[in-house]
Amino acid sequence: MSALPASLKLSREDRPIAIAALFLVVILIAGTIYTWVRFGNAPLLSPNYLLLQLQIGAFLGIVAAGMMLVILISQIDLSAPWTLTAAAMMATAVGGFWAIPVALSVGLAVGIVNGLGVAYLRVPSMIFTLGVNAVMRGLMVAHTGGYAPQTEATPLMRSLAAERTFGIPNALFVWLAVSVAIVLLLRRAPLGRYIYAIGNKESAAYLAGVNTRLVTVICFALCGLTAGMAGVLLAGYSQKAYQGMGDAYLLPAIAAVVIGGTNILGGRGRYLGTLIGVILIVLLNSVLSIMDMPEAGRQAIYGSVIILMLLVYGRGERVTS
Amino acid sequence: MHSDLAIRVRQNFGFLTAVVLFCVVYLFYHLSHPKGFSSAVLIQNSNEVFTLALVAMAQTVPVLMGGLDLSVGALMTMVDCFASYLLSGAAGGTPLAMDFFGMQLSLGTLPGGVPGLLVGIVICLAIGTLGGLLNGVVVVYGRIQPIIATLATGAIYIGIALHLRPQPGGKIDEDLNWAITNSLGDFASTVHIFDDGAASWFAPVAWIPTPFVLLLLIALVVWVPFRRSVAGRTIYAVGSAEGAAYMSGLPIDRAKLIAFTLGGFLAACGGVFLAIQTSSGNADIPQAGAYTLNSIAAVVIGGTSLLGGSGSAIGSIFGALILRVISFTFRVFDIAPLLQPLFEGIILLGAVSISALRVLRIKNTLELFR
Repeated sequence: MSALPASLKLSREDRPIAIAALFLVVILIAGTIYTWVRFGNAPLLSPNYLLLQLQIGAFLGIVAAGMMLVILISQIDLSAPWTLTAAAMMATAVGGFWAIPVALSVGLAVGIVNGLGVAYLRVPSMIFTLGVNAVMRGLMVAHTGGYAPQTEATPLMRSLAAERTFGIPNALFVWLAVSVAIVLLLRRAPLGRYIYAIGNKESAAYLAGVNTRLVTVICFALCGLTAGMAGVLLAGYSQKAYQGMGDAYLLPAIAAVVIGGTNILGGRGRYLGTLIGVILIVLLNSVLSIMDMPEAGRQAIYGSVIILMLLVYGRGERVTS
Repeated sequence: MHSDLAIRVRQNFGFLTAVVLFCVVYLFYHLSHPKGFSSAVLIQNSNEVFTLALVAMAQTVPVLMGGLDLSVGALMTMVDCFASYLLSGAAGGTPLAMDFFGMQLSLGTLPGGVPGLLVGIVICLAIGTLGGLLNGVVVVYGRIQPIIATLATGAIYIGIALHLRPQPGGKIDEDLNWAITNSLGDFASTVHIFDDGAASWFAPVAWIPTPFVLLLLIALVVWVPFRRSVAGRTIYAVGSAEGAAYMSGLPIDRAKLIAFTLGGFLAACGGVFLAIQTSSGNADIPQAGAYTLNSIAAVVIGGTSLLGGSGSAIGSIFGALILRVISFTFRVFDIAPLLQPLFEGIILLGAVSISALRVLRIKNTLELFR
């Protein structure tokens, strides 16, 4: 390693991103070779197919963007699945113009409750957000009577999630907008500095004059907001809201953030990594489904890939003092 | 003497709250149940509690260390699926074969009858223990944060479970099911001990549910010795201050490996019981997730700190009991089933928010940030 020229040496933040990107290319090449040998074509390299995958990835990407903020302050939000579902169900239930504002407010409100519980009551986020998730699930079960809601997504939601402008899915524009906002927040706004500071040591940030409780509430609120946004898109994409629609997004979102090099203990990580982590997970899923891999194999490979990648660059320091 | 007691009470405040809460709710439950205080109700309750109690105990060990195990539910489910093959109790024995990428590997035959069942249980427990050891190896030698390492290994265990049981199915020996999921009297009459359970000295205890006795045994034979061992004490030390534990020369790596291995063993006990209780194996992903999340809730309600260093697996048993008794009580009062998840969530939130009282006592704001 020491023989490398200085320009090739990567910082602790960039190394995971580079390796994850490399792995992304490996998955693409391996998948293409497989389809070429087996079917004689290369769907993975067609722009249309890739855009379709990215469109599906946008939902995960938006959840992961909010999750990253929370992980950066060394907390976690386990309430994302039912925040997402609640937002989607409220949106379809209200309908009309107010569908999207209502859904986003639901997400924001749940996020603020999470933030207040964690920041002011000092309940560990792991358990508080778990409780909020259970409450949201209870509210939604009571609201729908346990059946699939009969309401449908509004045309605007469908257009945002499923239609295309200039041949590019609208969902990608939403994802892009969220990404730009998060990057500006983390790199340019004072709030971004506070977030990293709290993740490194909350007491130090407090002594430096940061209103750490307020920042914590804001991070959770934004995480709830992105979950609500993903709920709107997902309901638009599948035309309706349904029970358990968010369940498939929690662990992949956490995994995407961590694969992208964000320290699960907070304080370190770049948004670009989360972006690559999301694309990696989506692409891995799509290659596995092209290979006709049964669910059992998928889960096992999924787990092995996370461990493998973290063994390469996610190893912690030994605690010796 | 008095102050000593006061200190002990304060140190175990969470645990004692859980015990009192459980006693109050459970007494209330029995008083309002039409068949309250009967052996049948006790048996049913202990059957429904056992698996969660074991999974919660399994979760406690990594939590005491300041970590978290997101794979307990998956590991329990995997063992459940293995058990649905190994505990079928077929008279002629069960041939074991493995389809490894198209190659048929024969692994010998599991004998039939009681020896076969015992060997099957041992194999199941060994598989779960091995899974726990794998968690430990990834955490200790891979130096990956427990929460994310077990998220990944959990996916692998669920994958194996799905491979074994793409659809729910399998079979458990009926006698085994009967013996384990009923009262001690039924156990004795099934395995033909104590004059088939009719011995006069046996009568006063014959009504006790077998799962309850098993739970007590596991707590006394597995947890209590572990708590007093060097590894057990090291786990608490690591949870309080890992750096200090290292400087004191405690065997940190070994203790962590043992902690995760023990967690795997306890989860495996839960898995074997779930298979016996349901007479089948089911690689149910939502159920595995629910067990993992409920185990964390049970650990916290039982008075164990998520920051590590204080609490006990016994508390987690009470945490699991409280969670389950709440849903039992809903059944008695015939509350609309649709409202149950909401009440469960609110009670969980309320229970954990009690710890917020600590915040009011703090004089220096810096003490908040631990």
